[in-house]
This record gives sequence, structure tokens and C-alpha cells, in this order.
Amino acid sequence: MAVAGAKIKSIGAAQSPLLGFAMFGPAILYILLVIGAPFVLAVFYAFSDARIGSTSLHYVGLENFRSILQSPSFRKALWNSVVFTISAQIIVMVCANILSIALEKKFRGRGLVRFLILLPWVAPVSLGTIGWKWILDSIYSVITWVLIWAHVFKPYSAPMWLGEPKLAMASVILVHCWRLIPFSTVILLAGRTAIPKEIPEAAAIDGAGFWRTLFQINLPMMLPILSVAVLFGTIFTFTDMTVVYILTAGGPYDSTQTLPSLAFATGIQGSDLAAGAAISLFLVPVLVAIAYLMLRVAHRTEVN
Amino acid sequence: MAVVETRDLTKVFKEGQLGAVNNVNLETREGEFLVFLGPSGSGKTTLLRMIAGLETPTAGEILIGGRVVNNLTPRERRIAMVFQSYALYPHLTVYKNIAFPLKAQSVPKKLHKEKVEWAASLLGIGALLQRKPRELSGGERQRVALARAIVREPSVFLLDEPLSNLDAKLRLSAREELERFHRRVGTTTIYVTHDQVEAMAMGDRIMVLNHGVVRQIGTPKEVYDDPADTFVATFLGSPPMNLIENQDVIVGFRPEHFRLAQEVKDGSKVTFKFRVDNVEYLGAEFILSGCLAGGKADGKKVIARLLLGQSFEVGTIYDFAVPEHHLKFFGRTSEKRVGPRPLTWQ
Repeated sequence: MAVAGAKIKSIGAAQSPLLGFAMFGPAILYILLVIGAPFVLAVFYAFSDARIGSTSLHYVGLENFRSILQSPSFRKALWNSVVFTISAQIIVMVCANILSIALEKKFRGRGLVRFLILLPWVAPVSLGTIGWKWILDSIYSVITWVLIWAHVFKPYSAPMWLGEPKLAMASVILVHCWRLIPFSTVILLAGRTAIPKEIPEAAAIDGAGFWRTLFQINLPMMLPILSVAVLFGTIFTFTDMTVVYILTAGGPYDSTQTLPSLAFATGIQGSDLAAGAAISLFLVPVLVAIAYLMLRVAHRTEVN
Repeated sequence: MAVVETRDLTKVFKEGQLGAVNNVNLETREGEFLVFLGPSGSGKTTLLRMIAGLETPTAGEILIGGRVVNNLTPRERRIAMVFQSYALYPHLTVYKNIAFPLKAQSVPKKLHKEKVEWAASLLGIGALLQRKPRELSGGERQRVALARAIVREPSVFLLDEPLSNLDAKLRLSAREELERFHRRVGTTTIYVTHDQVEAMAMGDRIMVLNHGVVRQIGTPKEVYDDPADTFVATFLGSPPMNLIENQDVIVGFRPEHFRLAQEVKDGSKVTFKFRVDNVEYLGAEFILSGCLAGGKADGKKVIARLLLGQSFEVGTIYDFAVPEHHLKFFGRTSEKRVGPRPLTWQ
């Protein structure tokens, strides 16, 4: 590192501002084009009356925000986003913890099991979700089929997994969990293996049982990495629209609508670009808060 | 307080391979400071971990206070252990670290403060209670680890190389402190180390291990003066014992007994011609290494340790001698100690 740094200095000492700009350029360009421009456009649209197919554009002030705040669909979507995110995160954390404990111990075929658990994360979201759409389908659902076969339900009174508001919400949460558990498991596994093995051993000798070691020693020591997993998972669930869009398209009766899917339905499918932009802006404060927390966690771990 | 006993204790990690610990039989004495001494890989830590309950024996029995504890968890064995890395809980303050065993063993909460303060004052860390482990020096961490071990008044103390993470200067003072500490609490203590100086200095008795086999158990004086085999003879002592093959035995003598012939006055002695190849000046003494010249042992490398007083020239041959009663005899194939016998050297 030191040698390389010295070399670059000697070559680029004269034109270092230029070199620095050249190095930063691509990153800045990327951020400006792919993130900055759409964001500015969204803010711009949110205060206008932009429609798909219309060439005129007028400033309308806070009109879009006023109207979406009054819309029951929007309130439902906001509430759903929060409910989906929080409940999925709780389930994911519990399951990922159990899995990471199980996968830490050595056993035959551990590598294969780890690989299989990671699969849902590696597969494209849309493909996995299409698979779940079939699994939960009203006619072809394997789950329903098995339950009927096991005489849990009668054929004509089987549950419609995606057709009843409560079940549809549960299904969406389930698919989010299915997708996020591998990711969190891998992060937690890394955190768990980073704990020196003498520490749980010392706890065992000090007389601590499984639960005390878990909650008073292991989990507190994993706190930084645990919060990284939670924050990432929150972003993934909160901003995701693929799962909802493919599984239920927000239905039945907006019962599974989330902010991103509502923004898409209103802005693109419903041609009301301005309202769609305004809805999606409601994601910003939450994401800013998460980004702030993440940076703080990163900073704390760096300092320690 | 209790006595620790093992009966034919064996640990084999991989089937078909040589055991890490093989048929170890030992019995501590009440309140004794017993040291497990051996090179790395000798099985001393595995043995300690089996006594602690962190490792399951492949065969044999472990008894603590006369009770077989093979199937008991570490917490049920009422032992305390200090790890090489101290294994302090990094997210807890010193106070909470020391109080953890009390909490885990459901000691009534109102007794915690008193007990923690007692343990902390015993080790002189009363002022550090609100700090986190990362804010402590190596020596302070060690004391916290000891305080955490002593706080619930265990029946046996297990210490796994607790001094090896300290620098040389601190190690000496920490060693003395440990000795004082043991004298004060008087708990049966098993101490694992690969450092023979530590073992000699601290141990009431030393158990020398190699390849998972007990080579000798005895007081520091016994293992040093009367080593049971060539391994013990060369492992203890620095520089190690000189070993010379002669007929069907191996003859050993300590470097400090290999002296200028004119200085060896008492009784009968064996004389050698010693060609000095290298002189190390260590302040209080010389370490001379070189070869024997002439006779049966011609060319054998030996080391002498002498107090200051005479200067030696590299390449010169001197008359050296060993008092006969300082010669140790070992079987040539068994490498075990055998009785003295008359030998010719020329």
C-alpha cells in the first residue's frame, strides 16, 4: 500500500487534481445519472400536474400531497409498508438466528445445507416470487392440495391464500421472509463465528445455560452486525415492490398495497405521474433515517 | 476445595489416530498448585479442557471431590477457569464481568455487590469496576479474569497459560502475584504452561507431558534433579541436559555440572577434553558450546554453563569434568532412567 501510494504520488503529483477528478468521475457520474436525476425529476413531478400522454406541465404546489394524504389507498399502503417491514424483520431475525446457530456446528453435509439456504437469495426475486404465486395459487396451490389430502380442509372450503386480505398479507410477509432469511443468516453466521470460542466457553464454565449465553453474551456481542442485517433487511422490504406486484398486485381491495407498489400503480399504470412521484417521496424520510443509522453503526464498529 | 483425579483418561480426536491424551492417571492434593508442563501439542490443554468439561473424554474417568463428573456440564462441576485469552466479555463492564458467574448461578442479587467488591479488592482492581475490558492493560485483564474466577469460590481453579499474553516484565510480576494469590485462597489449582521457568517457580508439583503421555509427576526438584527419562531431562533446564551415548546407556549431565576439571574437587569425577566453539556472555554467566575431543565421545556436542571468572578462547581445548554423582543414566532404547553403572570413556 505504502509503496503503491508513493508511486502514484510521484507520477501524479503535478496533475493530482485532474487525477483525483478522473478517479472520482465515474462514481459521481453514476450517482448523478442513475440516482440524482430520477430523484430530482421525482421531486419536480411531485409539485406538478404531470400526466402520461400529456405534454403540458404546470406547477400545482402541494396539491398532489394534499390529495394523496386524503386517499384511503395511500394510508393503507403506508400502514402496510410499515407492518410488512416490521413483521418480516422480526420473523427473519428469529429464524436467521436459529439457522445461524444450527449452521455453526459442524455436521455432515453442512456445506450443502448452507448452499441450499442461500439459494432464495441468489435467485432473482421475480422468479422466486412467480414460484410462490403458483404455490399459493387459488386452483393449483400445492399447499392447499396437501392440506386437503391431509383432511385439514374440505376441497370447497380451502383457503384462498392470495384472495383474502389477511391471508394475502401473511403470504406477502412470508415471501419477504423466505427471501431475506438467507441473507440475514449469512450475516449472522459471520457475526457468530467472529466471536472467539473461549467466550461462550467461559460463559459455560461461569454457569450460564443456553439462553443466558445467547441473550447476554452472544447477541450483545453481535449487536453491530445484527443491526446491519436489520437495516439492510428493512431497506429491502420497505422499498420492494416486486413481491407485492407479482403476488397480489396490491389486492384484494388494496389490502396488500405498499408505498412502492401504489406509486407504480398510480404513476405508471394509472398515468398520474405527479401523484406517483409524490407517493414515492414518502419513502425518503424513512430511508434517510436508516442510512443515518447505518453510518452510525459503521462508525461505531470502526472506532471499536 | 477438592481433589481432582483422573483414571486412564484418554482423548482421541480422530479415530485411528494417536490420542491427544493417553491413559492419564493423576491425583491432585488438597490445595495443591499442580502444573501441567509440556511442549505445544503435548495434550496439556486438552487434558485441562476435559477436566473443565469443555471436551468429552474418549475413555476414562474424571473425579472432582471423589465424584465422577464425566457426565456433568461445566457449570455442575463447580470449577473456575482462566483462559489464555482471558475471555472477558467485551460488552460488559469489569463489574458485570465479575458478577456474571453469580448471576448465572442464581446467587441472590443483594449479595452480588459485596462479593464482586471482595474479589476485586483481593486482586486490587477495585478502581476499574466501571471500565470495559478494552480499556484495560494486559495485566489488568488478567486480574479481572482471576477475579471472575474467584468470585463464586470454586472448588478447583484451572488456569490455561494465563501469563503467555503478557510481556516479559509484566509476566514476572504477574507470576509472583499469582503465587501470592494461591497462597492466600489455597484453592486446588491446575496450571497449564509450556514455560519450564514458570512451572519450576510456581508448581508444588509438575506433571510433564509429551504426546499426551505423562512422563513424570514430581516436585520441581524431583523432575529437575531426577528426570524419569530423556524427554524430561532435556525439556527442563535451559540450556538442556547434555546427553552422550556410551555402550548401552545414555549418560546425561546438566550444563552447570560440566566445569573446569581443576574446579571439580569433591570425590570422583569423569574428565573430558572440551573444545570451545562458541562463547555466549549472558551477564551473570557464560554459556559455552563446543565438542568433546578424544576418547569415545569424540565430536559430541555439549554445552557448559559457568559463572564468570575465567575467559575462554574459541577453538581452544580445555580440561573439563563432571562429578560422578551428577551423571544420570538412561536406557539407550527405552530412554528411561536406569541405575548408575561404571563406564569407560577412553
